[in-house]
Order: sequence, then structure tokens, then C-alpha cells
Amino acid sequence: MSNAVSALQGRTAPGEVTIREAGLRGMIILRGDLADKKLRKVCADVTSVKFPDQGQANSEGDKGLCWMSPDELLVLVPYTEAADAIAKIDAKLAGTHYLAENVSDARAVILVEGAFCRDVIAKLAPADLHPDSFKPGDFRRTRLGQVAAAFWMRDEDTFEVICFRSVAEYTFDLLAMSAKSGEVGHFA
Amino acid sequence: MLILHCPCCGVDADETDLHAGGQAHLKREGPGSSDDDFEDYLFMRENPKGVHFERWRHVYGCGKWFHAARCTSTLEVFGTYPAQTLEPPQEIKDKISAKRPGWSWGTFQ
Ligand SMILES: [Zn+2]
Repeated sequence: MSNAVSALQGRTAPGEVTIREAGLRGMIILRGDLADKKLRKVCADVTSVKFPDQGQANSEGDKGLCWMSPDELLVLVPYTEAADAIAKIDAKLAGTHYLAENVSDARAVILVEGAFCRDVIAKLAPADLHPDSFKPGDFRRTRLGQVAAAFWMRDEDTFEVICFRSVAEYTFDLLAMSAKSGEVGHFA
Repeated sequence: MLILHCPCCGVDADETDLHAGGQAHLKREGPGSSDDDFEDYLFMRENPKGVHFERWRHVYGCGKWFHAARCTSTLEVFGTYPAQTLEPPQEIKDKISAKRPGWSWGTFQ
């Protein structure tokens, strides 16, 4: 068994808003009919969180479900549980039209924690991050600077960002620079 | 800055989140078509100053294709609608007629 390491091995840029690579996380791309009862049931079984509505993410600790598109979910589980989760999904959905793929090692998770975390993201993404438009539980796939990324708010002071592993360092540095340059104050 | 509402995921996406897919509602001409029809399909495009129908892909977002109706001279967006259709929905045509009476585009009016 190889010794799995995350893209940035927990790198942290401390500050008023701290940027922290979250370490290893189990991530499964699940494509299929999101209205299908079996699919919803197995998602609940492996994550124990509520099934997300369009544009939403529900997460609890390392587990969660993110609405990626009308036929795609990102299933989050602890890193060591990804293979088991896929086995459960395969068993439940056998014979139906679906795809479940373990992408844990293809992605990185970065946490943005602190009072003006909203500003840190807003400076980098072409998305409306006004507190009236983007709230905890909302999920958005877009870009950060030059690269594709997705993010959601765990709570008022925490964004969780997902990007491709190959651009983890760029994304981390981008977020760290945005945090270091301080609050804009536009949302205050 | 052009902002289009993605009908697939409900997000208002700006053009840096999107990929332009060219003219909408092309009829594909395949094997067995005449040379003239095939040439039209490959090369001939509407190039209007005014009402236009385009394909866009929400490339950084949900990844889905959709259609947009907009004005090429003012960038006004009349609306977006799903890709799974051969012509703009009546609701979109009505909106355009309200703002650009007498408009026409290809065989639509
Ligand atoms: Zn979309």
C-alpha cells in the first residue's frame, strides 16, 4: 500500500484569515439521475447528511454532498472510506445508468477561515458573494483567478474550497495573497 | 460584461465563467446532403447587428450547454433557454417582439 499524501500536506498560511490545506479527503464523483430514490438513499447511507438542493452543499465534518450539476454530485467522505463508499454505491445502483469514480487523489481541499473570508473569495471569483446572495450551505462552481474551483460556506467564517490537485499550490498562494492583502469592506 | 443566467444550474454567470459556442439552431447536414447544404451548414452563419441566438456552455460551472437570445449591438440579454430545443420558446420570442418589433432571424420572427 502506498503512503498517500495530500497535495500540500496541510500547508497553512496563518493570519486574520487563515488559509489551510485540509489534508486528505475522500471525494467521489457520482453522476446519475439525482431524483432516483436508490441514489438518494445510498448517498444518505454513506454521508448521513441531507440531500442537497440545486446549488447547495450539506456537510458535516469530513462528510458531505455537493450539488455539482443537474446530473452530478460530489460525495465527500473521510479519505480511508472512499473505496467502501464506492462499493456501497455500486452495490445499490447496479443495473441503473450511473457513474461513481474516486477522485480523492485528483483534487485538493483548502479551508479559508476567518472573519473576512467572504472578501478573500470575492476578490478572486466572478460570483456574487454578497451576504444576501451567498449564504452558508450555498455551493458554487466557478473559477478562482485562472483555475477552475468550487466552494461553499461551512459557516459564516469558513469557506471550503475544492480545486484540481495539479493547481493546488497556485490556488493556495492565490488565497493566501488575497487574505494577506486584507479586508475590502464592501460587504460590511 | 455579459452576464447570462444558466438555465441548467440557476447561476448568473459572467462571460469568464462561460464558453461561447457560436450560432444556435443550426441544422446538421450529414452524409447524403447536397454539397450546397453541407457548405451552408459548415460555413454560412448569421451575422446580425441586433437580435441573435447563440449557444453557450457553462464551462467553469455546471458544464452544460444552453441557448441565449441577445442583442449584438447593445448586449441586452432577452433570455436564456435549454439546449434541448430546435427553436426559441414563444416566451423568449414575445420578449424580443416587445423590445424589437418586427425582428427576424433566419426563419424565426
Ligand atoms: Zn450552469
